[in-house]
Amino acid sequence: MSSVDASSTDVSSSASPRTPTPARGRSPIRLVAGDRITILLMAGIPTLILLGLVWFPALSSIALSFTRWDGIGGLKTAKWVGFTNYRQIFTIYPPFWPAVRHNIVWLIFLLFIATTFGLFLAVLLDKNVRFSRIYQSAFYMPVILSSAVIGFIWGNLIYSPGQGLLNSVLGRTAEGHQIDWIGDPHKNIYAVLIAVLWRHAGYIMVLYLAGLKGVDPSLREAASIDGANEWKTFWRVVFPAMKPVNIVVLVVTVIESLRAFDLVYIINKGRNGLELLSVLVTDNIIGEASRIGYGSALGVLLLLISMIFIIVYLVNVFREQQP
Amino acid sequence: MTATMSQPVTIAGNAKRTKDGSGRKFKRFSLYGFLTFAALFWFAPIAYSFYTSLRPYTETAKRGYFSIGGTYNFHNYTTAWKNANFPKFYKNSFIITIPSVFFALLLASMVAFVLSRYSYRFNLILLMLFTAGNLLPQQVLVTPLFRIYKAIPLPSFMSDSGTMFNSYFGVIAIHVAFQSGFCTFVLSNFMKALPIELNEAARVDGASVFRQYWQVILPLCRPALAALATLEFTWIFNDFLWALVLMQSDDRRPITSALANLRGVFFTDNNLIAAGSMLAAIPTLAVYIALQKQFIGGLTLGANKG
Repeated sequence: MSSVDASSTDVSSSASPRTPTPARGRSPIRLVAGDRITILLMAGIPTLILLGLVWFPALSSIALSFTRWDGIGGLKTAKWVGFTNYRQIFTIYPPFWPAVRHNIVWLIFLLFIATTFGLFLAVLLDKNVRFSRIYQSAFYMPVILSSAVIGFIWGNLIYSPGQGLLNSVLGRTAEGHQIDWIGDPHKNIYAVLIAVLWRHAGYIMVLYLAGLKGVDPSLREAASIDGANEWKTFWRVVFPAMKPVNIVVLVVTVIESLRAFDLVYIINKGRNGLELLSVLVTDNIIGEASRIGYGSALGVLLLLISMIFIIVYLVNVFREQQP
Repeated sequence: MTATMSQPVTIAGNAKRTKDGSGRKFKRFSLYGFLTFAALFWFAPIAYSFYTSLRPYTETAKRGYFSIGGTYNFHNYTTAWKNANFPKFYKNSFIITIPSVFFALLLASMVAFVLSRYSYRFNLILLMLFTAGNLLPQQVLVTPLFRIYKAIPLPSFMSDSGTMFNSYFGVIAIHVAFQSGFCTFVLSNFMKALPIELNEAARVDGASVFRQYWQVILPLCRPALAALATLEFTWIFNDFLWALVLMQSDDRRPITSALANLRGVFFTDNNLIAAGSMLAAIPTLAVYIALQKQFIGGLTLGANKG
């Protein structure tokens, strides 16, 4: 380190005729050819991997969604069919509308119940609570479990009609008295959403705890001097001050509900009341009849919805970073 | 505000009165009461799984699952371990997770270095591509990726199917590509906060760009790298979709994707399922308990700057 320090003083004396470089190095630094190649490789290789494995497939989905293709023959066997896939999905593909409905229920539940609960926990834990760490650990323990484990714990250990904890507690394990939490298509989505709440709330809590710590305490003091009660102070002063975190949370929540897949797939392969758009995409490629065009068209619908929120997020994040 | 000046004063007066008396005590008491109740409720499913995993099936069949007493042992664990072939799936999980985390961090830190230290016109676009890439629903990529993987040949020492499909390499590659987005975003924010003078000084010292990255900047990023590594380890270890779609044979699947199919093996025995779940959760639980601070740090790193 000391050698670096010494040389930095060197710079200021020898380079004084040059205009001083602004903090972020806006003026181009003269680079030797070798360094330029290094920079090109350092930025280029990861970018190529990203473009090739993420953006190229994402955009190919759009092209493939206008074709009919069984995916077995070469790409040449794909037939251009225009909007047929979309038309069929909207009109005659039975699981589509139930899946859309489930995704919407999922989103509404996450936003208004799971996320709100996570925020609530964060607000409580932000009140100088003793043993806060222990409480926090309990709440975000589920965040680190895999969906497979969560699916087993809830789908089997808790909701199983004959052997599950819930029916055992309710005294409904005997044949004929069982409540089939997962098998009943009117109940199962809510049963699964409880498991989703269990995992989601802890994640949101962590994000908001960080957000709350970042709120300038003088804002709160000012509000309480003005006589605002806790409820008012929170919603009128603290919550708006956390706008950056709110946007992250909104985007995380929306994207999570579009991505929702693992849990329902593990619990019952996403059927019988648990259809989701993501499951339909997967069904169309790894099912017996692979219909690449269909799967892609469904993927494109997910892409379009998620892009709206991704753009909202990017605009907000990068507007703040670029003065 | 000025018009209603008198009112706030009285409200503030009221608030002060309740704060001093038993109202405040009651408030604290209900705060702790609620938090304790909620925390126990949150912990209950895991505690119950562990508890059930210790009980033989015959006991619970006789006494019911919501009961205490009888024998407790680790028999379910040994059965699950053998029947479900846990050693193999653990191995698969680690073969996939460790290189994925390493390369995602390596590549992301290189891009982040360039984006945070040099000002090119493409910087913002590139950072947006990386950030947005990680936010895409995986299902958007899955259909073409499935076909692309089947079309890209790999030498036989990397994949016995002869293509990226059904190979460790393929699954690692998509993890790296997908996760490098988030890591790049976090690391470039972190690096932007490091003084640019560090590079200037190293450059004048004659350090090449690569040495500036490797010996000056990267060591300073250790906290961010540790946090990201912890977080990415759990994310990649817990992944379910990529291995499910991009691998055909159960042999090679990680523990999470393999478990889903093992359900049939244990179908009628919830005690075995409990033991299997606990076994599958151990690696991430261990990482979490050991590196809790990094874990939380990682979750908030991306959000703080946002």
